[in-house]
Amino acid sequence: MTETLTRQNTRIWLRDNGVYAAIVVLVVYNLVFTDNFATVANLNTQLVQVAPILIVALGMALVIGTEGIDLSVGSVMAIAAAILPLYLGYGLLPAIGLALVAGAVCGLANGTLVAVVGIQPIVATLALLVGGRGLALVLADGQLKDIRNDELLNLGSGKALGIPYIVLIAAALAVLVFLLVRYTTFGRQLVAVGGNRSASALAGLPVRRVLMLTYVISGVLAAIAGIVATARLTASDPSAIGNLIELSAITAVVVGGTPLSGGRVRILGTVAGALLMQLITATLIKHNLPDSTAQIVQAAIIVLAVYLQRSRSGGRS
Amino acid sequence: MTTVATAEEQSVASGRLTGRERLASLAQRRGSIVVLALVVLIASFSFDSFATVGNAQNIAIQSSFLAIVALGMTFVIIAGGIDLSVGSVYALGGVLAAYGIQWGSLVGLLLPLVVCGAIGLLNGVLVAYGRLAPFIVTLATLLGARGLLLAITDEGSTTRLMPRDDWLTKLGQGTFLGLGLPVWITVILFAIGVVVLQRTGFGHSTLAVGGSREAATLMGLPVARNTMLLYLGSGLAAGLAGALAAAYSASGVTIVGEGLELEAIAAVVIGGTLLTGGAGTVGGTLAGVLLLRVIQNVINQIGTLSSHYQSVVSGAFLAVVVAVQAYLSRAYLRGGRR
Repeated sequence: MTETLTRQNTRIWLRDNGVYAAIVVLVVYNLVFTDNFATVANLNTQLVQVAPILIVALGMALVIGTEGIDLSVGSVMAIAAAILPLYLGYGLLPAIGLALVAGAVCGLANGTLVAVVGIQPIVATLALLVGGRGLALVLADGQLKDIRNDELLNLGSGKALGIPYIVLIAAALAVLVFLLVRYTTFGRQLVAVGGNRSASALAGLPVRRVLMLTYVISGVLAAIAGIVATARLTASDPSAIGNLIELSAITAVVVGGTPLSGGRVRILGTVAGALLMQLITATLIKHNLPDSTAQIVQAAIIVLAVYLQRSRSGGRS
Repeated sequence: MTTVATAEEQSVASGRLTGRERLASLAQRRGSIVVLALVVLIASFSFDSFATVGNAQNIAIQSSFLAIVALGMTFVIIAGGIDLSVGSVYALGGVLAAYGIQWGSLVGLLLPLVVCGAIGLLNGVLVAYGRLAPFIVTLATLLGARGLLLAITDEGSTTRLMPRDDWLTKLGQGTFLGLGLPVWITVILFAIGVVVLQRTGFGHSTLAVGGSREAATLMGLPVARNTMLLYLGSGLAAGLAGALAAAYSASGVTIVGEGLELEAIAAVVIGGTLLTGGAGTVGGTLAGVLLLRVIQNVINQIGTLSSHYQSVVSGAFLAVVVAVQAYLSRAYLRGGRR
């Protein structure tokens, strides 16, 4: 009896802290066995690479917390990227502002389909995933455009106190979303709606408004990721930017311990999940293992993460 | 009554369905076929080059590969699941066919079926017996299958060609009565699909599991085995479609299939199958696939429009269809409850 209890406790501990433990193990391994791992340059490279995924994953964590999913994030990134060069002539701020508004409008469209029309999130956002990429290509005439705006280029490659701006932006957004979930009425309402939508509606929560706002936030975060990725790339590439990023973001969220069934949002876990996946890829590449191995390992990690989560719902029912 | 009556049949029997509600339910199930007929009719009158034999052959062969994938997806979705891995599995099937054909056509056909079937089986075991969420399990195998594909093609840099005189290649490129052999295979598979869904115990359990898993379990249906077989079927369908597509182009191209799972889901949903499970038709899926391909074809016919509008129209179309479906099923439910 105590034995099963211990085993259950181990499982629960692994579910809640496994992602952090895995990061510690991998970091220690790399410190010992990988050359040039603990250098500032390598650290910055890895963090800059993961930043767009992390920013998208923050919004995804919120949406998944409402028992939803947002497949459209990659296309929203592409739309934001396509808008930037069109309006950079009027200055950096108007261009970024318009890109963010476009992200918000995309989120509003998703939110309306989900909350008002009542379509399952997977299909509602699938429509924008398909249509949004086409829209971005139409906006950009299907062309890759070089960015020549110095301020935007500086955003992509500049540093403050030795830390790239992009990493600082991602970190600031993570803190912001963490506070939003933990300390605001909206955050609590979001978790309640995800836990039990009809009970929340009966309790008088503004379910529709909460859902709409959640998808709008996800859209805006995706647009920010699009801007950041464009700045780093020094070019607006609407055909490739953000391709399949929805899968990386969902992976980060799930590996970080947020259940797909909603009602729970773990922002720190999501950050750790994104870092872990990046760390795995980096470790395998540094040891000259090909991309194919990295993908198979990632697949195994995802299954392991959901297997550990299953024990919770299994114990409950 | 010995057969299982659907909610709709019951309300028809008790005479509670008004004309408007009957129309709504009919539009939900048959709407895609009506829209397909309308689009084809309008396109035939608008473009001289649309209603030609050559163009019809073209649309048919282009639809066939997606249709086979969507057929497996239809069954999975009717049972309340989802299979995101089909795009990767499709690509893997094609590469394996081109890889295996060096030992003969039979190996070229069986190798993709065995490997893709095994991936489908893995999905099925994890979902049915491991009780893991289908969305995540198949997301993982999406990555895993793509990784496997890269591993056997030197990280995607090798494209194997298929000899033109082997019968597997001919199976992809040959024609019968003017239509490509993959089209005929698709037609046969869909005929089998209709019979399986409507006339067999397996089909009925699939519908029952999608309607309510708990109820199906309580009724004593073999829910887990049924679910596992559905994912096995979806993997086999995707692998076969990939092998046929590779045979059609006589090469195992590594970059195909990305986003194919989404196209298949879109076709299934447009065809009137509910993502919540428990209701759907195989014929509707075929209409959904044809609609997607006809729209692409029409946009190509217009010519002046950039091809990027294809996805804009497809996406907008999907949104409109599901919005109308949601509205209709709500109107229908409201009527049924009264």
